[in-house]
Amino acid sequence: MSDELLTTLMERRTFLSARPSADHPAVNCPASHLVAFLRDLRDAEGFEMLLDVTAVDWAESRRPRFTCVYHLFDLERSRYLRVASDCHEDANPTMPSVAGLWATADWHERETYDMFGIRFEGHPDLRRILMWDGYPYYPLRKDFPLAGEETDLPGADVAEHTDARVSAAPMAGGPFVSGTSGGPMSEREPRAKDESWTENAPKPKKPDPTKESS
Amino acid sequence: MVTATEYGYNSKIEGDVVVSRADAVINWIRSHSVWPMPMGLACCAIELMAAGGSRFDISRFGMEVMRFSPRQSDCMIVAGTVTYKMAPAVRRIYDQMAEPKWVVAMGACASTGGMYRSYAVLQGVDRIVPVDVYVSGCPPRPEALLDAMITLQNKIRRERSTARLISSNR
Repeated sequence: MSDELLTTLMERRTFLSARPSADHPAVNCPASHLVAFLRDLRDAEGFEMLLDVTAVDWAESRRPRFTCVYHLFDLERSRYLRVASDCHEDANPTMPSVAGLWATADWHERETYDMFGIRFEGHPDLRRILMWDGYPYYPLRKDFPLAGEETDLPGADVAEHTDARVSAAPMAGGPFVSGTSGGPMSEREPRAKDESWTENAPKPKKPDPTKESS
Repeated sequence: MVTATEYGYNSKIEGDVVVSRADAVINWIRSHSVWPMPMGLACCAIELMAAGGSRFDISRFGMEVMRFSPRQSDCMIVAGTVTYKMAPAVRRIYDQMAEPKWVVAMGACASTGGMYRSYAVLQGVDRIVPVDVYVSGCPPRPEALLDAMITLQNKIRRERSTARLISSNR
């Protein structure tokens, strides 16, 4: 059934390519065709519901570095579809916004912008949603450490009053996670993945604070 | 003619008077009318609600009057994870509370950041407000919170309240 869907989608749209997927059918779509394709999926193919918008940061060295991922759902036929689209630029990634097609994309794209720094062109109100306005980093990027980077506390008056700063969290031997290899997660023994910064394992190089342009 | 002089307390003349130290009276009043401000930010707030409910009944200790306005309360119970984004709000609410005021850091997150060794979480609320009592647990049982509040009462009883009232700089 999923093959059938992919075949029908791809035979009329030459810009699409099949995407390897472990679960639902997935296609790659170039960013230039993305909005038209998603509108077509919504209006003509029955994928009326946008479940999620997120992104992948493959690595600093990979080209293209960022891929936006859209999860769609067909309410009538109960089928899923994943659409992935690579961002052209790696230093300053952008993607056309689909907030005009689905209202829910508004906040999803804000979150993706907040975490990955992908600018959604045409978004009505592209602001940070989880971190505070003026936070200089994009936390889900690969070059951002889990412990965080030192920066100013939000609220300049409080920061001045208390002398508090946003500082890197002490990892204290953690994080405490189950490993990535050896059977299902439920059967793996959790281990402390020591990400503490010591003389043997120095703090990773600081990423450049990306400028907030708004 | 009076032949013997009565020194000290005479109940016929002075009525029902109890002599005590000012500190003892003030602290007795303060420690038994703690009005908590529930700064509920995560799952600890659920345990805080349980402590206020009939089973654990925080009113047995004289602090059941939870006020959601900082102007009407004198003990902030920080119950939950304080993110950096929330930190200025917590501090401003603390600043709005009238003196004298106390802070209880309830649970691992409020005390130290807890399991959230993360870029987004304040690693201990004592970085922005002065904490009087820390409660361990994730989340702490209501009994642990009651114990903390009793500890806070004992701490209030030891305060030099009169000296603070007289001197302008607290």
